[in-house]
Amino acid sequence: MHEMSIALGIVRIAEEEVTKRNAEFVSEIELEIGELSGIELDSLDFVWPVAVKETVLSHAKLEIDFRPGKAKCIDCDTKFEIHRLSDECPSCGSYFKDIIQGKEMRVKTLTLEHKPQKSN
Amino acid sequence: MCVTCGCGTDHINILKPTSITSTTDIKGFSLAEKDIGNSQTHAHSGNFHSHGNELTKDVVELERDILHQNDIAASRNRGFFEAKNITAFNLVSSPGSGKTSFLERCLTDLKNEIDFYVIEGDQQTLNDAERIEAVQIPVIQINTGKGCHLDGDMIHRALKQLEVKNDAVLMIENVGNLVCPAMFDLGEDKRIVIISTTEGEDKPLKYPDMFHGSQICIINKIDLLPYVNFNVEKAKEYASRLNPNLIFFEVSATTGEGMEAFYAWLKANKK
Repeated sequence: MHEMSIALGIVRIAEEEVTKRNAEFVSEIELEIGELSGIELDSLDFVWPVAVKETVLSHAKLEIDFRPGKAKCIDCDTKFEIHRLSDECPSCGSYFKDIIQGKEMRVKTLTLEHKPQKSN
Repeated sequence: MCVTCGCGTDHINILKPTSITSTTDIKGFSLAEKDIGNSQTHAHSGNFHSHGNELTKDVVELERDILHQNDIAASRNRGFFEAKNITAFNLVSSPGSGKTSFLERCLTDLKNEIDFYVIEGDQQTLNDAERIEAVQIPVIQINTGKGCHLDGDMIHRALKQLEVKNDAVLMIENVGNLVCPAMFDLGEDKRIVIISTTEGEDKPLKYPDMFHGSQICIINKIDLLPYVNFNVEKAKEYASRLNPNLIFFEVSATTGEGMEAFYAWLKANKK
């Protein structure tokens, strides 16, 4: 269950940003997760509440920007949708391909909540 | 706590699924319907608003890789290996495919020619480290506790204790698991995935990330081929779909059959 590690990695990134920017907490976090990233969204969903408990993310709305898999055939340059790493090129049948999209595992945006600056 | 893998004493307890039910709501990733602190701020259907002191919002375009901490640690290890001319291999497989037996055979046969060092990764016990120590090779055991994989920082910490000499070969035996270790770069030169003939030949298709991310595939226990229903060519074909550049070695760590071919490759590819 590496999704726990992933979730804790996300918490650490959020904690760092909140501290660095002197914010109160995160109200929304947007992740970019690729179809071929190796992250199971159901598993992430399962561990998320435990991972974020009592952290700056504990009340954050989680948005996932799911990135479908795309590849380019090394032999014939065809670009195609790829749902599994074992998929072959639909034009020439080659298994040699570059994954051009779908490996993403990123924290895209954080919405930070700040206390208003007090004016004297 | 190790924040990359979640192992460590202060986080073992939070992994228990029973602790989830009373505190959280898991529906479609929208987890904002909870009170906050002294009710100064709270959420309604995912929309935060506050009463009293208004908070100001700030959207940060971060674009940060989730595993960037691990990648930094792995890069640091890689730099250390390069500076000391160390060749590092990351051995991954399911539990029971014979990683430790393969290592024992390899170390015993080549220890007079190559300076070996070993890092052993398991959830618990020193058993594997003791087996490596028995063939007089310096070894460090990492027990990950609840953790299901080694990460870059664990290797960094183990390296400090292992005191690896220049020009050596470092064998890192990962936790037996074909899923999680695939995501964590350790800084190795090559990743070696081991499958054995007592497993299903479709294992590469079932665990694609690991075969996609490995450069070498060892098919172990070929001495058992007469007794098991394992088609070597099919296994190789499946693994090649995931990584057409994968290099295969068919071996028996028990009888030593096929090991010479791997040794020749190892000597040729050592830094």
